[in-house]
Amino acid sequence: MLEIKNLHATVDGKEILKGINLTINPGEVHAIMGPNGSGKSTLSYVLSGRDGYEVTGGSVTFQGKDLLAMEAEERAAEGVFLAFQYPVEIPGVSNTTFLKTALNAVRKHKGLPELDAMQFLKLIRAKAKSLNMNDDMIKRAVNVGFSGGEKKRNDILQMAMLEPSFAILDETDSGLDIDALKLVADGVNSLRSPERSMLVITHYQRLLSYIVPDHVHVLAYGKIVRSGGKELALELEAKGYAEFGSPEAA
Amino acid sequence: MAATEQTVEQVRAVTEQKYKYGFTTEIESDLAPKGLNEDIVRFISAKKGEPEWLLEWRLQAYRHWLTMEEPTWAMVDFPKIDYQDSHYYAAPKASKDKPKSLDEVDPELLATYEKLGIPLKEQAILAGVEGAGEMPAVAVDAVFDSVSVATTFKKKLEERGIIFCSISEAIREHPELVRKYMGSVVPYSDNYYATLNCAVFTDGSFVYIPKGVRCPMELSTYFRINASNTGQFERTLIIADEGSYVSYLEGCTAPMRDENQLHAAVVELVAMDDATIKYSTVQNWYPGDENGKGGIYNFVTKRGACRGRNSKISWTQVETGSAITWKYPSCILQGDNSVGEFYSVAITNNYQQADTGTKMIHIGKNTRSTIVAKGISAGKAQSTYRGLVRILPKAEGARNYTQCDSLLIGDKCGAHTVPYIESRNRTARVEHEATTAKISEDQLFYCRARGLSEEDAVGLIVNGFCREVLKELPMEFAVEAQKLVAISLEGSVG
Ligand SMILES: Nc1ncnc2c1ncn2[C@@H]1O[C@H](COP(=O)(O)OP(=O)(O)OP(=O)(O)O)[C@@H](O)[C@H]1O
Ligand SMILES: [Mg+2]
Repeated sequence: MLEIKNLHATVDGKEILKGINLTINPGEVHAIMGPNGSGKSTLSYVLSGRDGYEVTGGSVTFQGKDLLAMEAEERAAEGVFLAFQYPVEIPGVSNTTFLKTALNAVRKHKGLPELDAMQFLKLIRAKAKSLNMNDDMIKRAVNVGFSGGEKKRNDILQMAMLEPSFAILDETDSGLDIDALKLVADGVNSLRSPERSMLVITHYQRLLSYIVPDHVHVLAYGKIVRSGGKELALELEAKGYAEFGSPEAA
Repeated sequence: MAATEQTVEQVRAVTEQKYKYGFTTEIESDLAPKGLNEDIVRFISAKKGEPEWLLEWRLQAYRHWLTMEEPTWAMVDFPKIDYQDSHYYAAPKASKDKPKSLDEVDPELLATYEKLGIPLKEQAILAGVEGAGEMPAVAVDAVFDSVSVATTFKKKLEERGIIFCSISEAIREHPELVRKYMGSVVPYSDNYYATLNCAVFTDGSFVYIPKGVRCPMELSTYFRINASNTGQFERTLIIADEGSYVSYLEGCTAPMRDENQLHAAVVELVAMDDATIKYSTVQNWYPGDENGKGGIYNFVTKRGACRGRNSKISWTQVETGSAITWKYPSCILQGDNSVGEFYSVAITNNYQQADTGTKMIHIGKNTRSTIVAKGISAGKAQSTYRGLVRILPKAEGARNYTQCDSLLIGDKCGAHTVPYIESRNRTARVEHEATTAKISEDQLFYCRARGLSEEDAVGLIVNGFCREVLKELPMEFAVEAQKLVAISLEGSVG
């Protein structure tokens, strides 16, 4: 599904990713944990094709294709999805307009017919309901005036609509209340399938007890310094990141 | 980037083709000789078989114009116009007798209207003319160069006493109304371009809504400059008598040409007691190419008089075309409790320049005005909002709310806000808010990460930015206006 080899990337001339290696097979859920500023969001931006994140070495292959050669929108259309750590507000553009445009762009890329307004509304209502989002929220401007948790839920709604084959969830749990966390985790779990893979970035073991990962990695100072099974998350929660050194050491 | 550029190229090829192709070569024009003098003014008046008083009025304006100087205060920059190097009258030869049906109107012309979303379908129109079928949503008057070529649904409207025809026809058929109101809102001496228009105007639309009548459909005029080296000087006059209502839409296109063409129109609106006029413009004149060559100079005077108590005039404009736009649709709020509104979207790309805004003159008691202006600049374009809110001493309790938002795309363009506020009544309240923002990298990436191309993302974000204004447009045109907003920003990113 996804193969990252010796990936190096810089932002504003500063090297943030210093040789990442990671292979994710179809159907697998990988979790990435790590101290603040270690490069987790940077990795998610590099994978989803954000301008300004310059790849200086290594390769990323996604479903047999060179992911790094694609524009951000092509990656999305090919099935890469990023749930943002900080979802963005787009004033004046309703959630429905935004999602309909996005969904139809992705469907077009896949050679599927566009959905008409009725089909689309039916679909979004059903998905929104399962995330406990009401009609009012899907009509409002994208993320404008949404609470932190509502924004995260909105991103998961987008994921549910776009049905990506590889999803990156960047701290989707932060800002969610206990009930919302459960709802979002249920939403994510319902999308788990043998074809779909996920990369879950989080600081807390709690999310991982709902979305149980196949592998857990520690990203510290631009490198994956340790990998293990789901029990690694528990260990980290108990011990912290001290054993992985300090920025200077890296 | 390659993929984005390719789509942009494709879309551009298609739109440019639409501009290039077709009827400019097919139609022979009946042209006045180049130049401007009293004989030309007489020639135009004679061509139209006008009464003596109108010729006198034109000559008076022309003589006054000779004494005036071209204004220089607007933030626009262009080489001096040679007023002797233009034809002041051009009529399609074929239409000496006006076309009886749309069969006689060039299909390209119709295709252009259709591109702008005007449902000018022959069947519908014939049905309307014959009184068959249900009430249509839109009636259209099409002005082709200097002459009005087709007014549709006239009979339907006549049944309610509504007059909707070309201004030339109104001068022949309803001289008392024209004489009473023409020049009463924009006097012949008003400003350089309006005065020129008074001298040489060729056609335009006329609307009269009688007392207590709610016009049952949108009235619409489509202007098109076709012949080269012609100026277009239309005049529109709309009168809404007591308790009446009308919604009017004006759309404009012009073919691509290397030289600049002058368009200096005058629009006058009069609203009596309890009357409402809603006037919407979708202006898509040719803006010139990406190097700033060619394009229309759009120097327009639009003014509405809220003469009666509780009257209301609402201007909505979507300005995406023209090399230079210079226009300030205004309201004179004379009647007590009268209301003026101005909703504007002005988009400038490449080398376009726009200096646009409004004037709200509060004369009557408890008069209220709202101004919402959205300016979008991309490429090397410059856009200025210039607005005047004047509260006169008798305007007890007057209120104004102004909101000006500018959005910049790229770092070579500019946006300027020039508000003038003059209040001479202490009970009046004037509020002004202004914001300037850049289209954010975060928003663009968020959209692209969901599968939208950069072009579509910009289109979506800008449409969101303009939403408050676009929602004021009549339903029939809102969707087309949204597309136009996106199209006019093609090539502005990446
Ligand atoms: N534009 C920039 N210029 C310079 N440094 C940057 C820039 N953007 C990010 N960084 C730095 O890159 C490093 C990695 O940031 P990143 O957001 O990837 O961390 P993270 O692991 O997601 O942290 P957190 O857990 O706090 O979300 C940080 O030190 C950050 O300050
Ligand atoms: Mg982060």
